[in-house]
Order: sequence, then structure tokens, then C-alpha cells
Amino acid sequence: MYQYDHYDQAMVDARVAEFRGQVERRLSGELTEDQFKPLRLKNGLYLQLHAYMLRVAIPYGTLSSRQMRLLGDIADKYDRGYGHFTTRQNLQYNWIKLEQTPDILADLATVEMHAIQTSGNCIRNISSDQYAGAAADELVDPRPYAELLRQWSSFHPEFDYLPRKFKFAVIASETDRAAMRLHDIGIQIVANAAGEIGAKFHVGGGMGRTPMIAPVIREFVPALQMISYAEACLRVYNRYGRRDNKYKARIKILIHEIGADEYRRQVEEEFAHILTLGLEPPAAELARIQSFFADPSFEAELPEAIDRSDPDFAVWLDQNTVAHKHPGYTVVTISLKPIGGIPGDASADQMRLMADLARDYSFDELRVTHTQNIVLPHVKKADLYALWQMLEGAGLGSANLDLISDIIACPGLDYCSLANARSIPLAQKISARFADMDRQRDLGELKVKISGCINACGHHHAGHIGILGVDRKGTENYQLSFGGSEAADTSLAQITGPGFSEDGVVDALEKATEVYLAQRSDGERFLDTYRRIGMAPFKEAIYG
Amino acid sequence: MVETLLRYRGDEASAAPAVSFAAFADAGNAAAVRIEPGDDARALLPHLSQLARIDIAFPSFGDGRGYSAARILRENGYTGELRAVGDVLIDQLSHMRRCGFDAFAPDRPISADAAAKAFATWPEVYQKTVDGRTPIWALRHRETDHG
Ligand code: SF4
Repeated sequence: MYQYDHYDQAMVDARVAEFRGQVERRLSGELTEDQFKPLRLKNGLYLQLHAYMLRVAIPYGTLSSRQMRLLGDIADKYDRGYGHFTTRQNLQYNWIKLEQTPDILADLATVEMHAIQTSGNCIRNISSDQYAGAAADELVDPRPYAELLRQWSSFHPEFDYLPRKFKFAVIASETDRAAMRLHDIGIQIVANAAGEIGAKFHVGGGMGRTPMIAPVIREFVPALQMISYAEACLRVYNRYGRRDNKYKARIKILIHEIGADEYRRQVEEEFAHILTLGLEPPAAELARIQSFFADPSFEAELPEAIDRSDPDFAVWLDQNTVAHKHPGYTVVTISLKPIGGIPGDASADQMRLMADLARDYSFDELRVTHTQNIVLPHVKKADLYALWQMLEGAGLGSANLDLISDIIACPGLDYCSLANARSIPLAQKISARFADMDRQRDLGELKVKISGCINACGHHHAGHIGILGVDRKGTENYQLSFGGSEAADTSLAQITGPGFSEDGVVDALEKATEVYLAQRSDGERFLDTYRRIGMAPFKEAIYG
Repeated sequence: MVETLLRYRGDEASAAPAVSFAAFADAGNAAAVRIEPGDDARALLPHLSQLARIDIAFPSFGDGRGYSAARILRENGYTGELRAVGDVLIDQLSHMRRCGFDAFAPDRPISADAAAKAFATWPEVYQKTVDGRTPIWALRHRETDHG
């Protein structure tokens, strides 16, 4: 994975020093909270319902074991012994003291980490495919392109006060595992007819109160013009994105209002100008970055056979591993969704254990997924049983990847100052209702996503089953929707009808699964059946 | 109102009053103009040689359109004074300078010392902009070239 050189390190160290000064000015009263707020937000520090929350960037979701271990140590030292992995592949600490944040950032900097641009109206941490570099179906590793974008977007002087936050995702396979088209800019690394590598730009996707799937703005931008094209996309947005209404300020609204064709025309004009400025990093820089993402030294001629005699292990194996590009290896997902647990939470001990397991079994590497799980990308098939036993022993062995209990849930009203309703207890109730593993496996792939408010951090628009917390006359109420997807077949979920109480929504969800079981034809997932038969039969069962 | 001016140019400050963008479009012979966030900086491009000063207004620090306006003017060869005016805070100075501003008239005065410190925030920079600083990617490959 990427390693800082002295330049990268100096930039992060400078930011720590700058923020230390800003915190001092705040604590001494020199800065008011109003003045301090945009500064702390540039460093991922939010003021939540009960305490400060610090969001740590995990660029393209990739972590070394050393980094994961430190994240665990920070959870112990400065928080309450746990952290929360988010749908943006980041980590949040929920119980932070303002005066300690400079020290936390300094600790993070010792392992090449930071909280830069994890909030605020700027270019946020760049997300990617959690199976990058391991997936059997990828064209190239997308992460060098994401790293190039990371450096370009870090402290970008022109784009620090955009109309609204701005999120990139970069993938390089046809299977979209990163909800790429639901980002402000979704880039798919592709090859053209001549075999050259380039970037397909989708611009203007997003969730939030007006969910939109990003249209293609350009089919092919040569790899060595990607930064210039991104610069053009951002400049048009910075100049013309709406600033009169924060709910209409995302780039998706601009593109919706002026149309993709007009936006494309403006970007192309700006791009032609920007190409004359020579601000694209050279091929040698891309090559330098790519060298960090070379394959680890995979062993040849490893055994393919796996002893499946332990039935619990076999279940986990079938559910939580996917094909690796190299023979003898597999990609393992560690579920952070135990029955009744808080989706995405990990204790300090669990983080340290995962760090050790990555060191011992996965070439020192881990990934965070946007579904709030952890991936060990390169595990020898021969090691799987030993690995699974360690995970089981630490409460990390849930065999539920992509099943109904693998729920995405935002922090909701338990933490978030913007929330209308709680997400976590609802996720816990749903997973408890469907605790039976046979039942879960019978239901098959079923992605449930819960957001505590319209901001949609829990991706409810993209859930096969999406749940949105709303406030109805002062009580928490939940809207149910079906048919969303964040995969290559991206679609937005449709609301079923009137909302429910917390228990009511669990009942309704259960009824929907019964409709699916009764109506499915061979091999159909819940989503497929819904798409075939439509909303009516579900509505009838739920409200009838 | 006392307005502190921070200025980083060798020439004399132009005393010409800045006309509004609309007035400039009408009269067309002023030496200084002031543009608001919604004005299109590109409309000034045919007139750059007659302009000694362009004020770019920041009614609120959170409105970042002026950064793009400044860069566009510099990228198109403007060499006169580019002044950031309004809600300009110390924590924005270094980015503004990177976008081509070389004078600042903040609503709330900033001392020259504090400004100097702000400009020194970043040891190096990742992007090539219009301030002449060599970006990190270029430094990296220059070093490799010379061993
Ligand atoms: S969706 Fe709403 S409640 Fe949930 S984390 Fe985001 S802002 Fe907070």
C-alpha cells in the first residue's frame, strides 16, 4: 500500500501544528465557536449530541495493520474503548474531548493518518472498491488513481469553500462495490479500444434528500489528464453550484437544473483551458504511486482444497469469502454485524486483533467497506480455518455478509445532532428478529440500510430494503422503501406508503420477506422479485 | 472605517476607486473594478491590460467563488493587483494567495505578523496553481532526475 515520503509527512505534520494552534485559540476564547466551527470541520471534528466526534480518514478504505492497531489504541486512550466504521470507509470516535484532539491527530500522524477534509464543504476522503488489488474481476487496481486524487484534493486552495461537500469514488471493475454512481463524482477506470487506460467520469450522483444516479459526463478521460478533468468539473461546480439553499447545493442539483449536456459543455470548455496550464502530475508520478500497490509476494502452487468438516466454518466460508485473483488465496470479509450488535462498531481489542490477523494472514493489509465491515484481502485458503477460529473467539465470526442482518445503519439519534430517529436500536431489533442463520440464508442476499434522517448517511435509498427515520409530531417514525441498489444495477428505492413505529417497521419488513418467499422464482433475490412483481403485492401484505 | 490593507506587491497601490462590475461593463475605461461572487470574471478578460486592480468581494468567507475568479484572472495573464475584500479571515489567507491574490482588505484587521505566519503554513504544496510554487509531484521527480 501507499507509503508517505517526507513531503506527505510534512503536509500532515503541518496540519497537526495548524490545528493545535486553532484549538489553543478556541480554548483561550480568541476564536468564537462560530469562527472555530469551519476550522474544526476541516479536521473532521463535529460537535454531536453528547460530545465531540472525530472522523478519521481512511483513504480508499485501505489500512495497514500498524494503522489499525493505532486506531484501537486511540479508542482506548481517548475514547470509550471502541470506534465506529462508517459508510464512507472512515472511522468515527464518538466521545472525544476538544483539548485532546491535537494529540490524537499527532498520534495518527505517526502512522501516516489524519482527519483532513473528512467534513466541511470540500473534497472529502476518496472511497474505492474494498476488494481492490484482490478482486478477480478488476481491470487494474483503482487505488493509485484514488491516491493521485487524494494528493490533488488535499488542501486544494480553490476548492476549500465549495457550495457543499464533495465525494469521489474510484473503481476499476464492472461490479460496483463502492456505490460509485451515488457519488458527486464516480470514476470507473476503463480501457479504450486501443487498450489505453483512462477514467470514465460520472458526475452528479448522491443520496440525501434528492437521491440521484450520476450520469456519464465523459466516457474516457486519458489517465494522464484525469486530474485536469477533475479540476474542470470542480471549477464549474464551484462557480455555478447553488449557494442560496444548502439543500440544493450539491452538484447533482446543478446538473439536474442545467442538464448533463450543458454541464458537460462547460466542463469541456474549462478542461480545454486547463490542459494548457500543465498542472497534471506526470506519468512518472502515477508510476511511482502504482509501485506501492504492486501485488504482495503471493506464493505459487498453494493448495486449493479447504477442509469443510466443521459445519459452522463451512457456513462462514460460503458466506463471507469471495474469489481472489491469485490461485490459493481468497478475500475474507470480517462482519461487524453480530446479531444484536451496533453495525460498524468495533472494540479496541477487536481492532487490535484484526490488526494482528492482517499481519499474520493478509500481508499486513485491511480494508474498510462502505457496508461497515472489514476485509482481509489476501488470505491463503490453507489459513482460513485458523483465521475463522480466531474471529469466532473475538465475536467477529458472523457469517452474514450481504444477508438481512448485515445492516447498514448510520449513528442516528443516539449520537447525531441532525437525526430524527434512532437507527442503531432498530438495526439491533431487525437482526434479532432474523437471528436464525438458516432463515437468513434462505432469504439470501438482502441489503437493509437505515438512515436516521434525510441526509441518508445510512444509504437507505440504495437499500433492497431502505428505512428512513422521520419525525412525526415529535415521535420517531420510520418510512419503509424497497428496490434500491448501489451495485452495478444502481436504482433508487421506492417508498411503500405511510410510516411505522419502530416495532411496526420490523413487522412490516418481516411481512415483506414472506411475500418474497412466497413469490420468488428460482434464483431470484428479494430485489429481483420486487423488480418483477412490483410494489402492489408487498403493499397489500404490509398495509392490507 | 479603518481598513487595514495587507499588500504583497512591489508597485504603488492604486488609489483609483473600484467601480462595480456593472458600471465597468457600461463605461469600460476604469482602472479598478470590484467583482461580486456572482459576477463572471471571464467577462473582464478582454480588458485586463487596462486594469491596475481587481477587487474580489467575499461577503462571507464560506462563499468560495472568488477563489475560482482569482485563478481564472491569473491564468489568463492578469498581472495587476488582485485584492480579496470583505470577510477574509486569517485561516483563508494562504489558500487565497495560492489562487493569485496579492492584496487583502479584511473587514476585521489582520496583523502583518499573523499573515506572515499564515502564509508559512504549508511547507510544500500538492497542486500547481498560479503562485509559482513548485508542486510536490514536480519536486519528487526533479529529485529523482538529479539522483
Ligand atoms: S443520516 Fe442523518 S441521522 Fe444519520 S448520521 Fe447522517 S445526518 Fe445523522
